[in-house]
Amino acid sequence: MAEYDRRTIEELVDGTIDFYKLKDMLSNFKDKNRFETYLSILQERVPWSDPILLPVGLHLYIVQKQDGSRIVKCDCGHEFCDEKDNWKLHSMIHVRDTEEKMSEIYPKLLAPDPQWQVIREYYCPSCATQLEVEAVTPWYPIIKDFEPDIDTFYNEWLQRPLPIGE
Amino acid sequence: MSINLSKKQQALSQLKGNPIGWEGKTLKQMRQDMDEVSRSTGHYAGLETLPFKEANPIRYEKIFAKLRGGVVHARETAKKVAASPIVEQEGELCFTLYTPEADSVVTSTGIIIHVGTMGAAIKYMINNDYEQNPGIADGDIFCNNDCQIGNVHPCDIHTIVPIFWEGELIGWVGGVTHVIDVGATSPGSMSVGPVSRYDDGYQVACRKVGQDDTLSKDWLIESQRSVRTTKYWVLDEKTRIAGCHMIRDLVLNIVKEEGVDAYKDFVREVIEDGRRGFINQVKTLLIPGKYRQVSFVDVPYKNLNVPPYARLDTIMHAPTEVTVHNNGKFEIDFDGANRWGWHSYNATPVAITSGIWVMMSQTLIPNDRVNDGAYYASQFDLPYGSWLHPDDIRTAHSYSWHFLVSAWSPIWRALSRNYFARGYLEEVNAGNANTSNWLQGGGINQFGEIHAVNSFESSAEGVGASAVKDGISHAAAIWNPEGDMGDMEIWELAEPLLYLGRNIKPNTAGYGKYRGGSGYESLRMVYGAKDWTMYFMGNGYMASDCGLMGGYPAASGYRFEAHGTDIKERIEQRLPIPTGGDSDPDYPEYEENMDAKEIIRDKQSITTETVYENYDLYLNYLRGGPGFGDPLERKPSMIQDDLNEGHLLPRYAEKVYGAVVTQNDKGHYLVDEEKTSLRRAEIRKERLHKAIPAQQWMESEREKIINKEASVQVRHMYAGSFALSERFNAEFTEFWNLPVEWKLTEDELEVPVFGAKINKNPS
Repeated sequence: MAEYDRRTIEELVDGTIDFYKLKDMLSNFKDKNRFETYLSILQERVPWSDPILLPVGLHLYIVQKQDGSRIVKCDCGHEFCDEKDNWKLHSMIHVRDTEEKMSEIYPKLLAPDPQWQVIREYYCPSCATQLEVEAVTPWYPIIKDFEPDIDTFYNEWLQRPLPIGE
Repeated sequence: MSINLSKKQQALSQLKGNPIGWEGKTLKQMRQDMDEVSRSTGHYAGLETLPFKEANPIRYEKIFAKLRGGVVHARETAKKVAASPIVEQEGELCFTLYTPEADSVVTSTGIIIHVGTMGAAIKYMINNDYEQNPGIADGDIFCNNDCQIGNVHPCDIHTIVPIFWEGELIGWVGGVTHVIDVGATSPGSMSVGPVSRYDDGYQVACRKVGQDDTLSKDWLIESQRSVRTTKYWVLDEKTRIAGCHMIRDLVLNIVKEEGVDAYKDFVREVIEDGRRGFINQVKTLLIPGKYRQVSFVDVPYKNLNVPPYARLDTIMHAPTEVTVHNNGKFEIDFDGANRWGWHSYNATPVAITSGIWVMMSQTLIPNDRVNDGAYYASQFDLPYGSWLHPDDIRTAHSYSWHFLVSAWSPIWRALSRNYFARGYLEEVNAGNANTSNWLQGGGINQFGEIHAVNSFESSAEGVGASAVKDGISHAAAIWNPEGDMGDMEIWELAEPLLYLGRNIKPNTAGYGKYRGGSGYESLRMVYGAKDWTMYFMGNGYMASDCGLMGGYPAASGYRFEAHGTDIKERIEQRLPIPTGGDSDPDYPEYEENMDAKEIIRDKQSITTETVYENYDLYLNYLRGGPGFGDPLERKPSMIQDDLNEGHLLPRYAEKVYGAVVTQNDKGHYLVDEEKTSLRRAEIRKERLHKAIPAQQWMESEREKIINKEASVQVRHMYAGSFALSERFNAEFTEFWNLPVEWKLTEDELEVPVFGAKINKNPS
């Protein structure tokens, strides 16, 4: 069973990890304590103190609030919604649905045709980070990507207590 | 072989109706018993413990290592028999060992999707009483390429050989190669012309083609007269037989050394071991819950030269819901997938389930224990009547991969969200490229022979970005974990097409904090052909992935072809000719160095056969991979490298990445970090200025839906999904809060509905 020190996991998070170290990591068995180390690194870096239960994506977390609720929160501090809700419904959206908007990001012949497909960009309303991009047909319902069962994950799979606020 | 009953004794035994299975059972009984005991106990073969492995772990691993090493060795050796560059260069072959019931025990490297398809073909023979007629005997050789029995597309030809020990069947070995041509309506292994099974080419339905290790003459004659590339066909078949016989010898030697009972115990336990290993991986890497993604691909047939009922534009739809159950069971539900169509891109259940294991072997189970154990730990829900489970035997499958590769991209993203959440960032992959274009065609080649080609340059596409680094450029294809673009010199021998360029294709990688791997492009000039046709096959109007966590999808496709050029005269006069890449298709340069009667540059990236004369041009553009993370977070030094290495056009460094770029007197691009930081802050403000709250946007989109404002192809896709799935229809209606009377049917679209009337879907 592999084990990695905190610094290695920090390098992984920062994308500065040495290629051969990364390759060994890919080839090796997984380290059991990764989640704990990872969570503690992320918690240390965010500017707020709500305990992180689970990262949802780059910059997004499900956190435990003191009132017992669980919400989706951006690392800038913006609070989106309850974890059961779809955070995208509470974001700012920009839809590339014309040739002109598509050609801002791709040469014309390399872009999807808006008669077939649109590109939907979801931004954090506070820090304007682009948190997700969907390339879908017009009319497509906003996708709820991630619906984890946090209680089963902690209680049965990790067999460790859920983080609780101070 | 001396320990075996003589062939005569065995034949006599079977004539008397004696079963060839274990404990006096027929194979059909064995299959039924295995299904029942595995289902009722939840363990493969009812094995709640692994006594052989636990008592003799070294011996167990030794047998595994011998078998695994042996099948890999057989593949590496046998492929040298082939002349086809698809097999010999690209490694488009695979060998798998099965139990008597057709559960896979161990597989080689290569196109391991066929672990499942060859197993399905053997199960078909078992269920159709091949044991009685035509009989299954030592030395027999069977062949299959029928998709509805067990295949992805007809160009993957299976050779299947039974393995006997003392008159009892102890297993099967299957070998598969991707042949260059299968006699379909147009030349090339994955023909675009077919719209029904009867256009797909030569179909061999689990046929006994040889006895006593010798191919039947009638088979040799018929099969070779049914395809365009006879010599490649012959050598591919010899490749498959050589590999199968090497593995048969390997198994018999292990049985001699270890005893047949030990071998039988081993093959049972190794599958149960695989099942447990898969669940262990699920619990190590994933999180219980539900994960949803989607992908699409365009089928632009409205103006294509196909039968009238096939002439419509439509979109293939793959909504994917992955459920990770509390007990580690893994389920993938494709509910909402739309109807099959009159095109070449339908798939069979075994193609999609087996293909998912190819993908899994590159991510969730990246080890050599790929066998049916993982299958027993999983569940697939594949809607009947959809493109991945047609309810009509007439469907064509010649290029199933057009959507299979895209339909799996959502699964990468679903898994990657899990890896990301658990901190296994090294495993994150934003998705896979649409593995196209496919340069195919044929005619009379530079050697005066009837010929067909399928350039497997598409074995090397851009890989999706990870959460820690960029995707690898022009590197791999999901369907063959050993992807390789092949040597230009070999392709020039195999095809009457000279290379005028092979370059990285800028802006094909999905942008992001980490970009996808870039695609590439080859400019080919027809040279030396006596007569020649070619066609294009790839996505054009749509990107077939999404990007992940703020990254963009890879670019979509287009085609470039030029006919009636003056390149011959230019060469004679030593004038410049088009070379290199079509780097910026908004500002084309090839035309500056040639005149041509016809130049086509458009998004119609699927075509049927077009005649090409010598000195005509064809651009083979291989796609990039999707990106990860917000592009505004990409390090300026990485953008600078992208510019200087040809991955990115300067104007998009500014527009997409917010980079402030200058060029020094040597033409080297420089990105100013400080100015870039300021520019990015402005772009963030601009984003919030141009964006609107999602719920406000939903109101305007809802109005468009109520008024049915969308192109026919978009409406046709939804109508095909609604027709098959009440659940998808209800969820759509609920999400958009549509009036109950709002309906959308295929009939109202004024496009051909031929075949759609026969709705065998129970819902």
